[in-house]
Amino acid sequence: MSIKQFSLPDVGEGLTEAEIVTWLVKRGDIVEVNQAIVEIETAKSLVELPSPFAGEVHELHAVAGETVDVGNPIISIETGETGTTDTSPTPVEEALPAMETGEDPKLLVGYGAREIGTHRRRRKVKGKVPAERPSVAPMRAVGGPPKASPPVRKLAKDLGLDLAAITPTGEDGVRTRADILKASAGTESIAAGQDSPGAGTDVADNDELRIPIKGVRKHTAAAMVKSAFTAPHVTEFVSADVTKSLELLQQVGQRRDFRDVKLTPLTFVAKAFLKALRDTPEANSRWDDAAQEIVQMRKVNLGIAAATPRGLVVPNIKGAETLSLKELALEINALGSAAREGKTPQTAMAGGTVTLTNIGVFGIDTGTPILNPGETAILAVGTVRRMPWVIQDEEGERLGIRSVLQLAISFDHRVMDGQQGSRLLADTAAIMTEPGLSLL
Amino acid sequence: MNDEPISLLNAGGSFTSSPELPFETDSTDVLALYNDMLMARTVDTEAIALQRQGELGLWPSMLGQEAAQIGAAHALLPRDIVFPTYREHGVAWCRGVDPVDLLGLFRGTTLGGWNPTENNFNLYTLVIGAQTLHAVGYAMGILRDGDVGTGDPDRDRAVLVFLGDGALSEGETNEAFVWAAAQHLPVVFFCQNNQWAISAPYSVQSRVSVAQRAQGYGFKGVRVDGNDVFACLAATREALAAARAGQGPTLIEALTYRRNPHTTSDDDGRYRTLAENDAWAALDPIDRLRTYLQSTGLLNDANVEDISRRGKALAEHLRSGCRALPVPGHASPFQNTYAELPDELERQMNEHLEFVEAAE
Repeated sequence: MSIKQFSLPDVGEGLTEAEIVTWLVKRGDIVEVNQAIVEIETAKSLVELPSPFAGEVHELHAVAGETVDVGNPIISIETGETGTTDTSPTPVEEALPAMETGEDPKLLVGYGAREIGTHRRRRKVKGKVPAERPSVAPMRAVGGPPKASPPVRKLAKDLGLDLAAITPTGEDGVRTRADILKASAGTESIAAGQDSPGAGTDVADNDELRIPIKGVRKHTAAAMVKSAFTAPHVTEFVSADVTKSLELLQQVGQRRDFRDVKLTPLTFVAKAFLKALRDTPEANSRWDDAAQEIVQMRKVNLGIAAATPRGLVVPNIKGAETLSLKELALEINALGSAAREGKTPQTAMAGGTVTLTNIGVFGIDTGTPILNPGETAILAVGTVRRMPWVIQDEEGERLGIRSVLQLAISFDHRVMDGQQGSRLLADTAAIMTEPGLSLL
Repeated sequence: MNDEPISLLNAGGSFTSSPELPFETDSTDVLALYNDMLMARTVDTEAIALQRQGELGLWPSMLGQEAAQIGAAHALLPRDIVFPTYREHGVAWCRGVDPVDLLGLFRGTTLGGWNPTENNFNLYTLVIGAQTLHAVGYAMGILRDGDVGTGDPDRDRAVLVFLGDGALSEGETNEAFVWAAAQHLPVVFFCQNNQWAISAPYSVQSRVSVAQRAQGYGFKGVRVDGNDVFACLAATREALAAARAGQGPTLIEALTYRRNPHTTSDDDGRYRTLAENDAWAALDPIDRLRTYLQSTGLLNDANVEDISRRGKALAEHLRSGCRALPVPGHASPFQNTYAELPDELERQMNEHLEFVEAAE
């Protein structure tokens, strides 16, 4: 009897880790060679791993949800064999095809077990075991500047943290991205090592459920921390009577060419916002700290925040300012359904310049959105409510029931000021109130 | 130009002759075609598993392209030469290359894996379209050797070069087309249009079919159902015969579908739908040949059992053979660059070996 370990392979050319999504076997199960045993998620895709051994599952070394480094054992299987793996290849003469040599030119490759004799057989090779890597050098306590890779240095700088004051957990005293994020979240006091993989799922009692931070949650958290502590946010609010917009929405929706298009108030807000952006291009730019420049983008890649079963994603519509209302509606819907199915193409996730977040779908009036990292403005769209409203016309002032929408904009105060932010918000609201203004 | 792919064996497994592409089913060993398609699929399935087990760095799957490859390969004579891409596992199998040798390149133990002259099967080429230039160069050599159009069935030979739809947009491929036409070379371009150049669909590459392009260069283009092993065999056989007879090049488009991701490192869910994949799975080349064989009584319990046994033996051969592939020595990059090791490189090799020894 021997127990063999299967270590997490690099299934995608240069991956360093993967998350265990689902175990398809459990301890005591009998598995066959190539039977799918576990589903893992890498940075590239979701992959099922087949067992290299046949036998009985002896132990699973990682739990679902855990992120495992490539090369670490994930399962032990008790095989019926004794001793070490026999690596001598099985001869396969009879399975190999034979090539005709001429007697019968119509039959050129055959299925018969003809001897061809030209196949070189590999002999068992006494594998030359590569030299063991030197064990990790002890962490240096003193001397030299703090170690970290350039992106990690930048992150620390962006977050305003002193590298030297952060406890390193990486090899050879290197500060990792996780160290920086932990420090910025103020939990630096947790000693290194205590947060080893798997520790998070050891539930002491039933009073608390510990959920590993991973996947989209992990990325969202990092992005939000980065954004919130880099760009000084200003948030402004406005309430608008959008009754006329809703009437127009209904009219447009009845047109033949809009028959199969899903129109929502969000479509109109997006259109109004894009129109307003033309007069406030400052909002469609980014702060390039390294170059000490504000980079204004000529195209608007409009991000739409979407809640999906896997978490929040913000795919964007490229060149949104050039789209007609119908094209915009179709793009928004396509983006949303792709996101919900987890099929957002990577290209749609990159290069966003400004973002809309539709909190109205949750029945919420308004909020203070956090900028998508690197962008200058984000507009939160609330729910449309029928509300008492002071109507002002030639007959004077009176109370009426109108459809009212709240809009909130957060912007990066490094890039622009209250004047520009207010103008953008007011212009957007004005078009929503009086959609005819968009003709101007 | 009629653009409908020529079909002889339809998805339901029934054979219909076509005036455009004469073919007699008794002109070949149909059971051998079936066996080879299944073995090719076994190699592919096993290699994917080995990659998932960490034994290979990468594997480009050919699932769904068995008919195109086995059909084309069965049209070859031993003295014809093949220039493959990196996905021609079925063709390699038919040429007699040990499938374990295919694994070395993807395990990182070799930059080649087999002797190209042993089976007239050139090494895998990873640079898209580069092999088309190697192929026309080789065909020029055949022409200069005078091994074309002699009428001697033991002398005339031709080049069969494989390419994918993605290669059509490469400069090399177009240069090769131009040159093959201008020189009237004994070469057959066999394009497996599997419709996806990694994530780019064929529709973003071209407004006409692959086969239609040949006309512009000045040679014949043929479009066949790439999941129909008879059509692929017949078209390649006809094209190779023409090439050997000195009638110049042909471009064959085998319209098929790559059912797995581009390689084991790719996630095709990001650019295409499952429904599209399902539609092509229903056109499986092996299923339709099995139906044909059953309907003609050529497949019986005994040979089904026989093929299954071969498949299992082949899978085990791949598993054990892969793990036993020799780790290359430190001198191998130097030794395999030139046919004869130049003095300067030998000096560098010795220096490197001393360095390695000192480090150990």
